Amino acid sequence: MSLLTPNPGLIFWMLVVFLLVVFILAKFAWKPIINGLKERENEIQGALDLAQKTKAEMVQLKSDNEKLIAEANAVRDRILKDAKEAADRTILESKDKAAVEAQKIIESARETIRTEQQVAVSKIRKEVATLSLEIAEKVLHRELKDKAAQEALIAELASSARLN
Amino acid sequence: MNTYFRLLFTTALVAATCLFSGPASAQEHEKHEPKEVVEGINNAEHKIEHNLEESEEKFNIGQMIMHHIADSHEWEFTHGVVLPLPVILYSADRGLEVFSSANFHNEHHEYNGYHLIHGDSEVIKPVDESRVVYDFSITKNVASMLLSAVILILIFTSIGKSYQRNKGKAPKGFQSAMEVIILFIRDDVVKPNVGPKYEKYLPYLLTLFFFILVNNILGLLPGSANLTGNIAVTMTLAVLTFIVVHLNANGNYYKHLVRPTGVPLPLLIIMIPVEIVGVFMKPFSLMVRLFANMTAGHIILLSLFGLIFIFQSFAIAPVISLFALFLNFIEIMVAFIQAFIFTLLSSMYIGSAIEEHSHADHGH
Repeated sequence: MSLLTPNPGLIFWMLVVFLLVVFILAKFAWKPIINGLKERENEIQGALDLAQKTKAEMVQLKSDNEKLIAEANAVRDRILKDAKEAADRTILESKDKAAVEAQKIIESARETIRTEQQVAVSKIRKEVATLSLEIAEKVLHRELKDKAAQEALIAELASSARLN
Repeated sequence: MNTYFRLLFTTALVAATCLFSGPASAQEHEKHEPKEVVEGINNAEHKIEHNLEESEEKFNIGQMIMHHIADSHEWEFTHGVVLPLPVILYSADRGLEVFSSANFHNEHHEYNGYHLIHGDSEVIKPVDESRVVYDFSITKNVASMLLSAVILILIFTSIGKSYQRNKGKAPKGFQSAMEVIILFIRDDVVKPNVGPKYEKYLPYLLTLFFFILVNNILGLLPGSANLTGNIAVTMTLAVLTFIVVHLNANGNYYKHLVRPTGVPLPLLIIMIPVEIVGVFMKPFSLMVRLFANMTAGHIILLSLFGLIFIFQSFAIAPVISLFALFLNFIEIMVAFIQAFIFTLLSSMYIGSAIEEHSHADHGH
């Protein structure tokens, strides 16, 4: 059967052509294709890994943020509470102090008034005394001369004594 | 030391294969066909051709099928449209001779001291029977092979360039169409069967797949050559796989041949020959599988077309045409399947030869 007997010429050409095709394709086709595929696969894998990592980081960041916010809130609350307490205390203290101060001022004013009063009373007393004396002296002095004159004088004196 | 032995062993195996095929071809050269026989064959051929032209009733379907399947020194696209191909002959006394096959178109199919004998397949025989001539002609098959090589190189170098141009981008157009097949071969055929060191064999196996595929499909076109259905072509491919396997095989593989693990000593008498025969059976099966599948497909298709000419009936022709169309689709599928199987089995043979760990005893 001629179909089953290989033709040496065809074997020769087959070897030459096929090996040439293998070498040409290996150098100019398969190498860039396989490298390109591998590079792309690596890139895709890298991108996926990065996404995974970023996701984990985001979750971490989120929980960190929540923790931070909670902490900040706690701090704020504490500060507000402290401030309020401080303010309350200050107000209370100030009130007390003011009351004490006012008392003190009132007290001192009273004291002053009292002393002033006493001074004034004593001064008035002295003045009244001297005035009475003077009037008495003058009355006595005029009585001795004229009765009418004496009375005029007393009236005059009395009107002038209305001063002070 | 190890590689030296391996090389020696491979050379011995290849030499043995050559020796097996040697006597057949030598015999062919030495078998001097008498001139009368040659004349007789040519006359018969003439008569058949004459009959064919004269009356279609004498249509010889077997002749037609063999003519389409066999190699030829000219490319006949359709009846009468013929592309003559260069004939290249080498003989010790005349050296290299190159001339067009159109020169044989004469009364006796004779030119420059050579006969072109039409039989089951075309053979060029010197008129002087004592001369030994080697035929390296660019036959129809060689021309088709060169065409497929050009197609392969153009397609895949351009795809390679687009990979360099579109670096880091998604594949585009034809590149993405081919990428699917390349990835399938790489990830589902080569990687699981060859093992971790698959990248070294990937270029050979990819070329093997696409070479067989392109030639299978080219062979389905009307008027084209039946390249992958030619035993010389499938034999070359199988022998190349055989060489690749045995050049790269490790010590375990060779040790397993002469001392299969887990086999009792008396059984070795049977097992060793079985193992050695298995070594040669693998490429042989590769060769026969591809050859037989493609040739059978062509024969079936041509038989169906032949039926149209035998029945010569308007009632039967459409039915047969439909059936031929259906079979043509099946042949397209077979074209892919055979390319895939050849590559898959080559990968498995390579994989089993370079396997590192020696648990080969489970495999049998």
